[in-house]
Amino acid sequence: MSSEVRSVIIIGSGPAGYTAGIYAARANLAPLLLEGAVTSGGALMNTTEVENFPGFTDGIMGPALMESMRAQAERFGAEIVTDDAVSVDLSGDVKIVVDGSGNEYRSHAVILAMGSAYRELGLANEKRLSGHGVSWCATCDGFFFRDKDIAVVGGGDSAIEEATFLTRFASSVTLVHRRDSLRASKIMQERAQSNPKLKFAWNSTVTDVIGTDEVTGLKLADTKTGAESVLDVSGLFVAIGHDPRSELIRGQVDVDDEGYVKVEAHSTRTNLSGVFACGDLVDHTYRQAITAAGSGCSAALDAEKFLTSLENA
Amino acid sequence: MSGATTIVTDANFATEVLGNSKPVLVDFWAEWCGPCKMIAPVLEEIAAANDGLVIAKMNVDENPITPGTYGIRAIPTMKVFKDGQVVKEIVGAKPKSVLLADLAEFL
Repeated sequence: MSSEVRSVIIIGSGPAGYTAGIYAARANLAPLLLEGAVTSGGALMNTTEVENFPGFTDGIMGPALMESMRAQAERFGAEIVTDDAVSVDLSGDVKIVVDGSGNEYRSHAVILAMGSAYRELGLANEKRLSGHGVSWCATCDGFFFRDKDIAVVGGGDSAIEEATFLTRFASSVTLVHRRDSLRASKIMQERAQSNPKLKFAWNSTVTDVIGTDEVTGLKLADTKTGAESVLDVSGLFVAIGHDPRSELIRGQVDVDDEGYVKVEAHSTRTNLSGVFACGDLVDHTYRQAITAAGSGCSAALDAEKFLTSLENA
Repeated sequence: MSGATTIVTDANFATEVLGNSKPVLVDFWAEWCGPCKMIAPVLEEIAAANDGLVIAKMNVDENPITPGTYGIRAIPTMKVFKDGQVVKEIVGAKPKSVLLADLAEFL
């Protein structure tokens, strides 16, 4: 076990984590970045074209964008470990981070960038049939629903994007939404409305997932009348949003009611000295790759300032 | 192919997997599946270190029949076959420590 104390450890590897890595590395802080055992690259690894990240006139594939960010961080000297942080002790001046292989790392500063995870409907049969017709990732699993009738639950941009993507494979995609209008951006709505394979089940919630070994249907309830119905589908894609992945630091770093890490206004500083947070772990409101990247930069700069103040103390 | 894992196809599935005297973990994967590629090196390591379990890879793009037969609806999906029957299923990419724990009875 090395007794070396590094300058900064970054936990997470989406746009926030890798951007923090780039800035911290360029500040000669030799950051260690734990990118996740099976989740490196974050949420964008599960999208196809990213059309709204500035700088890419024709868009760029999510995984390609993340690969570039990763390579950029490495180029400037970030040490990237493909493992999860399984426990942390952030209370002292020297922070301790343990990875999934049991390695212990110590640092003066930590940048939290663990992002978010798919929100689940919370139904028992949803969990039971996960991988057997229930999915949270259209790009991952759409392939297996060729010429089938499937459903997507949700009303935001992600739901529309998933539903639209799935029309490449499915014979029909029914978008199930609890209201009668979409949250999604106007351009996404227009695309959805004009897609002949996309159908809409408005004012509907999924009350159960039907099927023994695989999905055969959904029980729906009308949010206005309570009337129940059954939708015959062999796939359900859940696209109802994300929850921040703050389990790792609960009890140490202050989070709000929904689990988002709290930071001081106009900074990435958490309640703990030397601990900074960025990206979807913090952001309720915007949750875009570009806002995450921006906050990752801020976190690295905040960490650098903090480390300098330690030296000057 | 590389090292310790073997490749199975629709054509050789019956002999290589169902008819194998050892338990066989079949890893259903595809080139476009990121998480599948994350676990590939881990499966190589497990295969190299364990004689008692055969680890075989089946590409779902190249083999249209077998994945359908076994109801594959997401990848990576790993199914352990023993005496021709599915005795264990793991859906989704898992870190090495979790895979080792899940497969402990076969190692």
